[in-house]
Amino acid sequence: MRPLLEITGVTKRFRGLVALDNINLALAPGEIVGLIGPNGAGKTTLVNVITGVHKADEGDITFSGRSIKRERPDRIARLGIARTFQVVQPFPAMTVLENVTAAALFAGGAASIAEARDAAAHHLEFCGLADQAGKPASALTLAGRKRLELAKSLALRPKLLMLDEVNAGLNPAEIDNALELIASIANRGITIFLIEHLMKVVTRTAQRVIVLHHGRLIADGPVAQVLSDETVVEAYLGRRFAERMAGAGI
Amino acid sequence: MTLRLVLIAAATVLAIFGLAQADAYVIRLATIFGMYATLALSWNIIGGFAGYPSFATAAFFGLGAYITAVGQNAGLPLPVAVALSGAVAALFAGLLGTAILHLRGRYFAIASLVVAEVLRELTNSWTDVTGGGMGINLPLIDGSVIGQAQFYLVAMLSLAAIALAATIWLDRSRLGMALRCIAQNEDAAQIIGVDTRKAKTFGFMLSSLFVGFVGGVYASWVTYIDPTDVYDGALSIKPILMALLGGVGTIFGPLLGAFTYLALEELLWRNLLEFHAGILGLMVVLLVLFLPGGLSEIRGRGLFHLLTRRRQPS
Repeated sequence: MRPLLEITGVTKRFRGLVALDNINLALAPGEIVGLIGPNGAGKTTLVNVITGVHKADEGDITFSGRSIKRERPDRIARLGIARTFQVVQPFPAMTVLENVTAAALFAGGAASIAEARDAAAHHLEFCGLADQAGKPASALTLAGRKRLELAKSLALRPKLLMLDEVNAGLNPAEIDNALELIASIANRGITIFLIEHLMKVVTRTAQRVIVLHHGRLIADGPVAQVLSDETVVEAYLGRRFAERMAGAGI
Repeated sequence: MTLRLVLIAAATVLAIFGLAQADAYVIRLATIFGMYATLALSWNIIGGFAGYPSFATAAFFGLGAYITAVGQNAGLPLPVAVALSGAVAALFAGLLGTAILHLRGRYFAIASLVVAEVLRELTNSWTDVTGGGMGINLPLIDGSVIGQAQFYLVAMLSLAAIALAATIWLDRSRLGMALRCIAQNEDAAQIIGVDTRKAKTFGFMLSSLFVGFVGGVYASWVTYIDPTDVYDGALSIKPILMALLGGVGTIFGPLLGAFTYLALEELLWRNLLEFHAGILGLMVVLLVLFLPGGLSEIRGRGLFHLLTRRRQPS
């Protein structure tokens, strides 16, 4: 099958720092892929390069067969790539419903504001925020804001959804809820790129995992295989974690 | 809905023509109110909706004034000259916008601040067309003195009414939504697919269109303009103060602010000839300190409430 997203030889430098070094990867339609790596590995930079916030210095990025390397972020959003931010980015003075309505209106292809509002109400329902619709976005709890990010992303009607640390700062119960939500999003056939540092999330949700380290892609494969990979263990997980994982039979 | 619109339009027309029957002093004040209200409403589009604090109002005002002046001297009828003023101002805003609208916050403010200075110098030097520092005369319109005053009153108040209608439309439109998203979080706006460059440029153009019209009507009203008068920096500051007074980003706030500002200006000017500017400045500082959201923050009853309420999200 033709990959939905294909990244070939992408390099991104910030002055002297090579943030991404010759990255090659592909996401197939419908896949759930995890992206892990220590802080500063280049995970968020990769997301920013894909969404057009940063431009790649070298290499190419194709989405549904067309190059998006030179497109602006708003174009890329309309083509079907949505993302959530590690630090949530609501429109604070708007209500929860208005936030999602805006998303449905601009990249979601709604014909009118009324239609966008209907779509938004539906996405809020799906994300469990229906009862908060009239609140200002700034009044939500962190878990609520993360859900709002998800609802906004869904309102864009994406083919690919990149979740950047969508679980950071949540408590275990909230994480479980979020994971259920992610699973039901995946069931709709949306390809998910899960950027995480919480191993639990990746092992429970993703089918395949990619590891970044110092801007290099050091592993790409099924979860069990990558977690037992020597380089990954050395670079990121540490031996004790690897042993524990082996003991748990993963 | 349509019936309501027709009724409101009829009431507005009646009010404008009713005012025209008042004495010369009231007519003059009401004309200035129309001018101030249009400028404040225009600024509110780019400064309030989009959150881009433009200090370029004087630039578009002066440009509009000179287009009408030069156009009329070349034989254009007044309505055509004023229409051209708006069109050129909007076009200029489009070009200027592509150059400076990628700057954010105070950087944009500073970049917009110098535009009027540049235009003033150009106008000063281009003596053949503009008359340079000597200024330029405009043909008088026909009619009695009071008839002329009534004409400009109707013109300015109509512009204010149109600018208000445009604001109401904007508030419910896709463009308005895009601008509000940009004001609150420009990066997030891009990520949800808002073409931020296009939206900001359209917002800036719409804002400048009305400023250009007002500049044109003003030039014809005063019949003589010079660069220091129409590119006056105060023309950039006053609309911002009015919007701040009334409530930035609201629909009726700028209107309320223009009225309050004019009342303050008029009262202080008359009673404190020596120090009126100082008192005005002080009042503005106090108002901004204690009512940062503008007078709209005082949620009043009755008519006042109608003017200042924010639209409830549906």
